[in-house]
Amino acid sequence: MIESPLSAKVVFTIGPVPITEPVVVTWALMAALGLAGWALTRRLSLRPGARQTALELIAGVIEQQIRSTMRVEPRPYIAFVGTLFLFILTANWSSLIPGVDPPTAHLETDAALGLIVFGAIFFYGIRTLGLLGYLKTFAQPTVVMIPLNIIETFTRTFSLIVRLFGNVMSGVFVIAILLSLAGLLVPIPLMALDLLTGAVQAYIFTVLAMVFIGSALTEGKPDNFSNPEASDNGDARELD
Amino acid sequence: METPVNWIEIVSIVSAALAVGLGAFGPALGEGRAVAAAMDAIARQPEAAGTISRMLFVGLAMIETMAIYCLVIALLVLFANPFVQ
Repeated sequence: MIESPLSAKVVFTIGPVPITEPVVVTWALMAALGLAGWALTRRLSLRPGARQTALELIAGVIEQQIRSTMRVEPRPYIAFVGTLFLFILTANWSSLIPGVDPPTAHLETDAALGLIVFGAIFFYGIRTLGLLGYLKTFAQPTVVMIPLNIIETFTRTFSLIVRLFGNVMSGVFVIAILLSLAGLLVPIPLMALDLLTGAVQAYIFTVLAMVFIGSALTEGKPDNFSNPEASDNGDARELD
Repeated sequence: METPVNWIEIVSIVSAALAVGLGAFGPALGEGRAVAAAMDAIARQPEAAGTISRMLFVGLAMIETMAIYCLVIALLVLFANPFVQ
């Protein structure tokens, strides 16, 4: 019988708190990513070498994705969005290491990531529009929509969680089933497919987080971005 | 003596299979239509391929979520069934 995907293996306990396998893997990934980030950005120079050019390429691509998806200046969001993407990507691909289950294949890790996005939507929305301005976006386009908008806030976070969990977990599950049926080299094509799914799911999770945050920013002032005159007005005011 | 038939487990397995099968049916049709429409759009307007494929990925993820919901329900029925002790 294959282990239930809804339960996690307890590795050790600290006092009354059981520490499960996904938690250990998550902390190892966090340490690895943090150390890599510290070591790779230690000596940045104005004339970049090969290593710094590669890093700048990654940061540039993320920045450009934020700009084209959210249609805002990417600077305040690149730390959050970039970390989210890199963490989910390394978490999904950590199944390549033998004996390691990706932490995103367990519901708890995905729930944590989803709750972070849930909080970030409120944080960025309130920071940009103010508390009252953000609350007013719930009454867009009419007051009748308030209950639906509130429900939507929860359901889209829930679907974000379940989507990542379902995709990664089903990949791990299919490989486990195939490994129990067939021999050594048979699951390799499916593992390659799993890599693709992992990358696509990391991308989709991040893009959806960006779309949700972007909608929280722009819902209050819908004509600011579709209307090209908005920037002209600003210039005209400066001239006055 | 006859062994007791465990109807709850039998029904659980059959309904899990039905949930995944029927749940994959609709999203498969929907994804096929979405990809066909995106191909059509890229063929008409190749310079918009980047935007279209990004939108396609996001849309496919939305459609696929329905199938994933069914998979999660099937797994709940198989592994965390509240009616099986």
